[in-house]
Amino acid sequence: MKAGARTARAIVGAALWLGLLLGPARAETLIVSLSSSRLAITSNYTGGLIVAFGAIERDAQTIARTSGYDVVVTVRGPRQAITVREKEPLGPVWLNREQQKFPEVPAFLGVYSSRPLKEITSDALRARFRLGIDAIVGAPDFTLTRDGADAPFRQALVRLRKREGLYLESERGVSFLTGSLFRAGIALPATAPPGGYDVEVSLLIDGLLLTRTQTHFELVKSGFEQRVGDLARDRGLIYGLGTAALALGFGWLATVIFRRD
Amino acid sequence: MPWACRAFAYGISEPVQFYLPIAEMPVSVLLILTLGAAVGFVSGLFGIGGGFLMTPLLIFLGIPPAVAVGSQTAQIVASSTTSALGALRRGALDLKLGTVLILGGLVGTALGVWFFAAARRAGQLDLVIVVSYVSLFSVVGGLMLKESIREFLSARKGAARPRRRAGAHPTYLGWPLRMRFVRSKLYASVIPILGLALFVGFAGALLGIGGGFIMVPALLYLFRVPTAVVVGTSQFQILCTTCVALLLHAIVNQAVDAVLSLLLILGGVFGAQFGARAGRHLRADVFRFLLALLLLAVGLRFTLELVLVPAEPFSISAGEMKG
Repeated sequence: MKAGARTARAIVGAALWLGLLLGPARAETLIVSLSSSRLAITSNYTGGLIVAFGAIERDAQTIARTSGYDVVVTVRGPRQAITVREKEPLGPVWLNREQQKFPEVPAFLGVYSSRPLKEITSDALRARFRLGIDAIVGAPDFTLTRDGADAPFRQALVRLRKREGLYLESERGVSFLTGSLFRAGIALPATAPPGGYDVEVSLLIDGLLLTRTQTHFELVKSGFEQRVGDLARDRGLIYGLGTAALALGFGWLATVIFRRD
Repeated sequence: MPWACRAFAYGISEPVQFYLPIAEMPVSVLLILTLGAAVGFVSGLFGIGGGFLMTPLLIFLGIPPAVAVGSQTAQIVASSTTSALGALRRGALDLKLGTVLILGGLVGTALGVWFFAAARRAGQLDLVIVVSYVSLFSVVGGLMLKESIREFLSARKGAARPRRRAGAHPTYLGWPLRMRFVRSKLYASVIPILGLALFVGFAGALLGIGGGFIMVPALLYLFRVPTAVVVGTSQFQILCTTCVALLLHAIVNQAVDAVLSLLLILGGVFGAQFGARAGRHLRADVFRFLLALLLLAVGLRFTLELVLVPAEPFSISAGEMKG
């Protein structure tokens, strides 16, 4: 991590310097860099850490601010279609009755902020700018249902995913190093699936959104994990025959080892 | 074995984790080995596949259901290979009977797969599966328990009832197309045997299980095949069916995790050896009594799941990742 942090700091420094050379801007500019854009899954992978560094750049024309900045970092994992089902009693037994489909749900959702979200801005603006888990999951484009009848299903989705550690909100996840430099540690649980992760950084002041920027990192299987995964996906027959041969071989080996005649 | 105890304690406190490439999550190596050994023991003891025990345990650990079913199929292949080879060596495997069972089973499997798709289209698959589990396990387990209690009682009264009375065969054994199965001490029509295999294949495909727990008691009670031959022949039939299932899971669903399979196999081969050895020292009536209890316990578990008020009524099922 130390080397990563050093590179990131160098990148941030270079970007700051580059920003100074560029033309005049009215409002603040946000520059964000990740400690790494690629996280490798190896056999002993038990979760990973990505650090996001950011700098808020001002120039002579930027209006003076009296209050401090707020930063919200939102990390969205690979999207998947999911179905949430609800058990209901039917006579003496409990069965899955109602169900609700959500077409594009992030498998991981982490929201890191410099202060509790409720203190940063109002409910209406949080919903509008999709700040926080409830705002993202509660958004109208999250579902195919129009009338909001699926609210209990959305709440259940958030509750279950939070329990698995895949959805989380960290109220002090972003820390300011100076008035205009900040960092956020994004800890991925081991169950967070491989794929593309989008990182969205929002800069707010006095409850208003100043600017927003996006970056991206990949969580990929590497080495042994990658080879096995590729073989299973691309050559199912060979993979299946190989696994069957393995099973038959070990079964036979056991009779040889334990033979007692 | 103090070193083994120490290794076990170390493994529990400092679990060695390994990332499963297909299930896409890390697991504790020792936990999976132990699980494989425990289920392997039961499987070797009773001559059943053990799929109905392993699948719920793996899902409980957080492994996706499709991967759990697909990967533990490989373990059943390994443990049934061991058992079938052992039975073959001891002369406790009726190849002829096994072949007839496999033929009937393949037809039943095809029908089961078709019914599975039809129930899913009708949106009632969950109901079909849970109700089948409850009724199958309760009925088979209950019948066996009743039978073995009766046996215990008559054994206590004095002379045990003779298990085979000359000339007193059930009528279905006398149907046309009679075949002689020497090892099984059976001379019977193939029609009820094929019918049984068909039913087991059907239920197995529908419920994602090998079906050994139906096959074993049916051969014991309906066809009066000797206990030792029942276990060997059932394992042979399970071996052939699960080999096909393993290939289908790997090709169609891509849901076989070879690393998980290997860990389950390593634990399972040891467990199955000790299970089979324990089974040989077990008295036949005790064997049937224990198997009945096991089946009833599983039936009860599914009944409770169906009847009790769930702590969390909601559940999530996730689809494929989209890039």
